[in-house]
Amino acid sequence: MNFVKPQTISPTPSLFRTAPKRQKVDFVGEISQKSNWETLPIKISTENVSVFYGNFQALRNISINIPKNRITALIGPSGCGKSTLLRSFNRMNDLVSNVRVEGQILLDGTNIYAPNIDIVDIRQRIGMVFQRPNPFPMSIFDNVAYGPRLYGINKKHVLAEIVERSLRQASVWDDLKDKLNQSGLALSGGQQQRLCIARALAVEPSVILMDEPASALDPIATMKIEELMENLKENYTIVIVTHNMQQAARVSDFTAFLMIDEDKSGFMVEMGTTEQIFTNPRNKQTEDYVSGRFG
Amino acid sequence: MPRQTLDREIHHLQDEVLLLGSMVEQSMLNAIDTLKHRDLPAARRVYKEDDLINEKRYAIENRVLILFATQQPIAHDLRLLAAILEVITELERMGDYAKGIAKINLLIGKDDIQLPIREISRMADLAVMMLHRALSAFITEDVQMAYRIPQEDDLVDELYNEIYRKNVENMIANPEDIDQTNYVMWIVHNIERMADRVTNICERTIFIATGELLEIDASDDEWDDEDSL
Repeated sequence: MNFVKPQTISPTPSLFRTAPKRQKVDFVGEISQKSNWETLPIKISTENVSVFYGNFQALRNISINIPKNRITALIGPSGCGKSTLLRSFNRMNDLVSNVRVEGQILLDGTNIYAPNIDIVDIRQRIGMVFQRPNPFPMSIFDNVAYGPRLYGINKKHVLAEIVERSLRQASVWDDLKDKLNQSGLALSGGQQQRLCIARALAVEPSVILMDEPASALDPIATMKIEELMENLKENYTIVIVTHNMQQAARVSDFTAFLMIDEDKSGFMVEMGTTEQIFTNPRNKQTEDYVSGRFG
Repeated sequence: MPRQTLDREIHHLQDEVLLLGSMVEQSMLNAIDTLKHRDLPAARRVYKEDDLINEKRYAIENRVLILFATQQPIAHDLRLLAAILEVITELERMGDYAKGIAKINLLIGKDDIQLPIREISRMADLAVMMLHRALSAFITEDVQMAYRIPQEDDLVDELYNEIYRKNVENMIANPEDIDQTNYVMWIVHNIERMADRVTNICERTIFIATGELLEIDASDDEWDDEDSL
């Protein structure tokens, strides 16, 4: 038989503590420790980046670190320059006349605006997916093989491997494997967008920029894109611009909030883990924006 | 203000939390009153009216869940609504303490029993006052007040300890009164627990305002280490 020692009660004055003791509990707990971005390797880093369209300053002194193999969301009201910032990451803004970029944008530590940089190489390493699915008016196969062919790959079996791998990575292989010769334009919106993602993946980039990739899609197709992003981040660094804050909250690990100043130029208010930005933002402007009271 | 619906609903919910708080306060005061006057029919009413407190709690919880689903509250709104869920749980449990006291009154029945009613009343008044102020702080998000209120729990604990000592002495001196003394212990234990739970409401007030989940370890019946047991 087990005997349990009777519990003795200490003298009554010590029954209760008298002085309140405060213990701080980290609200976001373990999750925030996992994604401690101070220690994560950085894929893209900007230092005091300002972007001008002629005399108009679209972005002002943006300094941001994009962690490698994570999803970073850029949010903010229309006109705050988030798309401009995204496009400056792969020098898409070069296509706009009168554009001028000041400051540095480092990809793996190399300034992509340095004079000796090969823009084609930059765009191979940083793929882009746009708001509206924009497959080329050609077959599904040729859409995906388009980039590799540009880089000189012409052997059919190599291209076939690339097409299959890319479509698989974009979670659309099972849907499309039996109709690779059909036009990409004949697909549903969601399939077209995943085809465009496969096309971006075909040239083996390390970064994927997404400019509102699901805003033209229905909820099911949107969910598929979001799941796809989660799978892709294992191998790619993803930066997404989205107006849909719930989407930013669902898919991203980090969120940067941009705002418009009185002179209409965009600036970064706050960047943090997505958990922090959506549960306890540090800045009042961020709070007002994410809780839907501004913008 | 583009979120008029959410804001309106939140204000309505805050009113409902205050209403639930008033019901709990009244229930505790009524329970003590019935004890004071040994009014058994009134005690039966207090016991039964706890159902209303429970219903109100579930109505508020339901409303909060609907807002989560339909309005997707974020940041401060999210913290506030999550805190409301916690606070109404605390309030409902406090209602149970009042119900428990009414039940003890009914168990004592028509037995002649000497209750330290003055001390019990004083304890209940203090606990109800703490709750009232804690709910004010909760609604106004007054962090300073939320830090101060748990310290007042010491007064409740002092009274509890005083009654406890007297009860132990009474049990030793009059072992035949152990049942009755035990009733007294349960009554004051319920009041003491109510005051403890006020601390939890204060913690949620701090959480809403600052986003920090703090444990204000005031007078909860936890010990620093096992050696003190």
